[in-house]
Amino acid sequence: MTEEIKAHITGVVFQIPTKPGDRVAAGDAVIVLESMKMEIPVEAPRAGAVKEIRVKEGQTVQEGETVAILE
Amino acid sequence: MIRTVLVANRGEIARRVFRACRLLGLGTVAVYSDADRESPHVRDADRAVAIGPPPARASYLDAERILAAARETGADAIHPGYGFLSENWAFADACRRAGIVFIGPSPEAIRRMGDKTEARRLMAAAGVPVVPGSPETLADVATAERVARDIGYPVLLKAAAGGGGIGMARVDEPAGTAAAFAAARRRAEAAFGRGDLYVEKYLERPRHIEIQVFGDTAGTVLHLHERECSIQRRHQKLVEESPAPNLPPAVKEGLTRAAVAGARAIEYVNAGTLEFLVDAAGGFYFLEMNTRLQVEHPVTEEATGLDLVVEQLRVAAGEPLGWRQEAIVQRRAAIECRVYAEDPAKNFLPSPGTLTRLELPAGEAIRIESGVEAGSAVPVHYDPLLFKLVVSGRTRGEAVARLADALERCVVEGVKTTIPLLRRVVAHAEFVAGRVHTQMVEQGAFND
Repeated sequence: MTEEIKAHITGVVFQIPTKPGDRVAAGDAVIVLESMKMEIPVEAPRAGAVKEIRVKEGQTVQEGETVAILE
Repeated sequence: MIRTVLVANRGEIARRVFRACRLLGLGTVAVYSDADRESPHVRDADRAVAIGPPPARASYLDAERILAAARETGADAIHPGYGFLSENWAFADACRRAGIVFIGPSPEAIRRMGDKTEARRLMAAAGVPVVPGSPETLADVATAERVARDIGYPVLLKAAAGGGGIGMARVDEPAGTAAAFAAARRRAEAAFGRGDLYVEKYLERPRHIEIQVFGDTAGTVLHLHERECSIQRRHQKLVEESPAPNLPPAVKEGLTRAAVAGARAIEYVNAGTLEFLVDAAGGFYFLEMNTRLQVEHPVTEEATGLDLVVEQLRVAAGEPLGWRQEAIVQRRAAIECRVYAEDPAKNFLPSPGTLTRLELPAGEAIRIESGVEAGSAVPVHYDPLLFKLVVSGRTRGEAVARLADALERCVVEGVKTTIPLLRRVVAHAEFVAGRVHTQMVEQGAFND
């Protein structure tokens, strides 16, 4: 079962600490956004494997936009 | 002699500095990133120069672009505001080498106070009490554990190059030290490019009280009394006031004496602030020195009736301070609230967007310092401060009542703001009584 991980805030992609194939636990940062001088992790909603990263470092993402796919 | 001032900043602080320049008849130059083309600060200046794309490192942090803008417009002085390049000693030095007046302290003073372990060492040597902790950067985890055991847990691990609470970690017991050390080092490296850490004793429920100091090139150093800044979230201030309520005169006397001695020890010139933690027993400890104009400087201006920014410009032009210490008196009680585009209900998550509606209070003893207007975009790239609401009164009680009423009359739509939290703060019995400490927000004292 795949699940879309969505940005909960508008921001710029600051870091991508994961890559496709990585195992993550619930609460792990899949990507890190920067918004208004703060680093804000976008966390995995549950344990699983990262199937796809949909963003690049430096890219602006809108609230609600899919940033990664978890399976 | 200064003729034209370039402000290397944006938002409310750029507008504040332009106002002071106009009072003195100085020319003004704004710089702006592509995200700020329509911003009020750009229209406020005589001239404006585009300096690059929205990310700060490509615009407001690009020293070369800013110096080029100064040369192009004939600006002979640069005011850095706060944040951005304001505490970057290399930028102050580059200004000096370019023959441009940096409106602030010397590069040497910025550099020495910017290294937090060096600052503690210098201040301790000048007789200023510091929080018990490691005298220098920690070599490794074992050193951190030994120092922490000596001063007693809980302790705070802090980044030597740091500020703003970044790279800070609380450690409650020896077992947690190694993991916290590694995490704090990683965060410090990511944020500052330097992972050096030091350790400090963690004080329970301290107050944050700071002393405004001012020096001139003739060697005079004065203080402009204290500001109480305990209402904070994530080590960032939300409410500041002067005078500090319920501060025993002996403690205040000790604080101002220590601050002036510390500033004199580094031959400090222009406006600066020494921050202290004050514990329940009246012990006070130096935290750090901000070698620039503070966000909350209007609190001191409203309390004393003096204009700090005008004085910054005069002192930068080589004039002596126009004040005598005995004549600097807190005549009124002043309080400032910071309205940020953040959602207090979601742990202060940033809330960028567009201001669809903005109504601000006005009236006697109400001062607004705003960088935005209705229709302004609030970009993701910068600090989320929208405006500051500053009020004063003959007494603290009058100021608190005025602030409560002014906050009720603020209408901001389009982004979430700290206003709902600020309203609860000013209505809170402990705040009204002047009994505040730095952990109140995090402990949920003002939760809905």
